[in-house]
Amino acid sequence: MKRRQKENLIQGFFCGLSLCSILFLLGIVIVLFKEGLPIFNVISFGKLFFGKFWYPTYEPADFGMLPLILGSLMVTVGALIISVPLGVASAIYISEVAHPKGKEFVKLLIELLAGVPSVVYGFFGMVFLAPLVQNFFGLPVGLNAFTAAILLGVMAIPTITSVSEDAISAVPESFKEASYALGANRWETTVKITLPAAMGGISTGIILGMGRAVGETMTVLMVAGGAAVIPHSFFEPVRTMTATIAAEMGETVVGGEHFHALFAIAIVLFLMTLTFNIIADFLSQRFRRRLR
Amino acid sequence: MRLRKIKEFIGFGIVRLATIIILLALFAILYFIVIRGIKVVNWQFLSQMPHSGMTAGGILPAILGTFYLTMCAICFAFPLGVAAAIYLTEYAKQGKLIRIIRIGVSNLAGVPSVVFGLFGLAVFVKFFGFGISILSGGLTLGILILPTIIRSSEEALLLVPHSFRWASLALGASKWQTIFKVVLPNAVSGMLTGSILGIGRAAGETAPILFTAAAFYTTKLPCSIFNEVQALPYHIYALMTEGVHPKAQVPIAYGTALVLIFLVLGINCIAIIMRNRFRRRQKW
Repeated sequence: MKRRQKENLIQGFFCGLSLCSILFLLGIVIVLFKEGLPIFNVISFGKLFFGKFWYPTYEPADFGMLPLILGSLMVTVGALIISVPLGVASAIYISEVAHPKGKEFVKLLIELLAGVPSVVYGFFGMVFLAPLVQNFFGLPVGLNAFTAAILLGVMAIPTITSVSEDAISAVPESFKEASYALGANRWETTVKITLPAAMGGISTGIILGMGRAVGETMTVLMVAGGAAVIPHSFFEPVRTMTATIAAEMGETVVGGEHFHALFAIAIVLFLMTLTFNIIADFLSQRFRRRLR
Repeated sequence: MRLRKIKEFIGFGIVRLATIIILLALFAILYFIVIRGIKVVNWQFLSQMPHSGMTAGGILPAILGTFYLTMCAICFAFPLGVAAAIYLTEYAKQGKLIRIIRIGVSNLAGVPSVVFGLFGLAVFVKFFGFGISILSGGLTLGILILPTIIRSSEEALLLVPHSFRWASLALGASKWQTIFKVVLPNAVSGMLTGSILGIGRAAGETAPILFTAAAFYTTKLPCSIFNEVQALPYHIYALMTEGVHPKAQVPIAYGTALVLIFLVLGINCIAIIMRNRFRRRQKW
């Protein structure tokens, strides 16, 4: 009997500790809402989200988030245009084309790419890519949405590649064999059989990559230019939601309007990435069930 | 017939080209930073304090700061992560609770790093009153890497065959004895790999420590966990965006970037190779 109790105690202990991650997630939600919602005492919902001007230090201050939301959207879309084709193509290469040895090697390198710290991407962007973009397109500034999108695209590739590769490798061999038996060659089989079958998993990867691009902070803070105005083209400096929080939090008064406004941005950011995650989770669940 | 062959050739060619472009991007970043950084890095650079207002001297405080922060993070996240993984794989039955925990873990992994920074600021710096310190930054980084550690520990536990557990239980061992004496020893190297990956991640993150731990300039080395510290990633950012002598600061930033990238990619490389070996060897 005593042994039984001890076992139950141990199980309870582990159960408690495993709830910690939920606790932290809940903690994040509570903190964000507690510190972010007071901004609505100062400014209306519509003005906050659709206001066109972000002048947090003016008197009276303006907290229109639209330029920041558009800035994030712009660099994210740009990043996806780069990372989706490259990421999916490299996933096809790894799972369908490469020799087993080359496959391990390419996978290792792509994992290393994922390990490069974001501040290093930002640094590389500032000292190398931005001057290059500036000279190549003859622009007044090299630190703009385009440069940021290229770097974010490279950063999102490893996520897209590894999730897509898992999905493509999970397609049963019998699907492909059936296709070969009907006379299709390897490319036709890849495009018409394997890719459609793996689509659920690939879209999971794309959404996760999108989440990574939206949430990325240091790179865009250093490279995107930092102008909090509504962008009109890809070659203008922009400022994303993440960069705004990172750049301005250090200078705010704790508990002031600006402080609460920054937490309100974080709420939007958090809800966005949460939505992406839930969609990705749902898609990958469905994908796995279907393949079975 | 020939057209189909040509299509196949072009198709796979494009796929190859895309992979080459990605690898070129990696090499471009590495090459650029290594070539420019190697000129700056020497023993003095690694072992001296910065002086003359950040325009000369070394980066010792930043190296030490990053070391302390990651140690603090891993000491917090490793026990928690392993415990969670043990519960998820060994105890929990498929059901609502386990589903909720898994959703929690996967969503925690997707939270933007700057949001972790805000959480750390509100909870550790302000609410618990740790101030801007190693402790606040380390705990924030610990939460950030928790999902990584849970996932890789889970993977390591799942690789231990069921027959091991049955054999132990059949000999009369209790569940806990089985886990402690049979399952864990067989999974420990996989778990360590996961935490090494976590260390690599924590060492490279900047946004979470912006408001919780980092200082641009400290005159002394930190002597307690309640001191603020310099850290390698933040140091790069600060050198590039703050200060008044960009000409003198940029070369130091190159050197710092080289040290950071060497450290982080080295850690990652070790972890990945260890994991691949572990996966291959572990065929019972």
